[in-house]
Amino acid sequence: MTAGTSSGAAVVTLPTDTQILITREFDAPKHLVYRAWTTPELVKRWWYAERGEVTAAEIDLRVGGSWRFVMVTPDGLEVAFSGEYREIVPDERLVCTEIYETMPGVQTLQTMTLAERDGRTTMTILAEHATQADRDGVLASGMEDGMQDALSLLERVAVSLR
Amino acid sequence: MARAATTADAFNAVAERRRRQILDLLADGERGVNDLVALLGLAQPLVSKHLRVLREVGLVEVREHGRERLYRLNADALKPISDWVRSYERLWTQRLDRLDAVVQDLRVQELKEKEQGHDSRNE
Repeated sequence: MTAGTSSGAAVVTLPTDTQILITREFDAPKHLVYRAWTTPELVKRWWYAERGEVTAAEIDLRVGGSWRFVMVTPDGLEVAFSGEYREIVPDERLVCTEIYETMPGVQTLQTMTLAERDGRTTMTILAEHATQADRDGVLASGMEDGMQDALSLLERVAVSLR
Repeated sequence: MARAATTADAFNAVAERRRRQILDLLADGERGVNDLVALLGLAQPLVSKHLRVLREVGLVEVREHGRERLYRLNADALKPISDWVRSYERLWTQRLDRLDAVVQDLRVQELKEKEQGHDSRNE
């Protein structure tokens, strides 16, 4: 079904203590990547990877509009993510908030950008904690913060984990 | 998935900046409390409190050495966090692989549409 070659694995880096940056290249023009990212029927095909079935993908693609994706894991657990669009530049940039509904106190701001060059598109996804979350008590919002920060430590002790 | 707002597990224990500093220092090797107090520039009771939290979740281990208590990192206790990070990386790799497959399907579809459009214009 698919043409072309897969363009490599996602690269995950940690620019600051509160950010996660994911980068991935696609062998396709950016408007197609944007379409796959923002069309509900297409989102259902990729959002939850191999981990379950996407049972709902609602996208109200306008500034202030909301989105909500629901997945059901193989053992029947329902997980939902939702948020609101903050900035929309078609085919280039999409900024939205994201909440894992099981932990509504932890909100991240997600910025997805697409840059095309010679027919290939580089996607970056920057996930950062909202300033509000940063201001909140460390333990209230700290689970993810702590895990991000723990990465640098983990890199140093990785040898002993293996 | 909800976690108690206590320091009941490694996730919460590393959510505090000072405790991460202590773990960083211990990653370089075993250290005594006085050593940590000097390096962190904190009051001894506060350092001891953080060490107690880290000990309770198994992130550090302690042994008596003469009159001093020496603390060392137990990296195995970080495994749940390490697993979470790896699962996050796996998720995004799988997710974007699938997105790539969708995008390639769209590309094929668009090429076909262009060819058809071209053909009909030539007719």
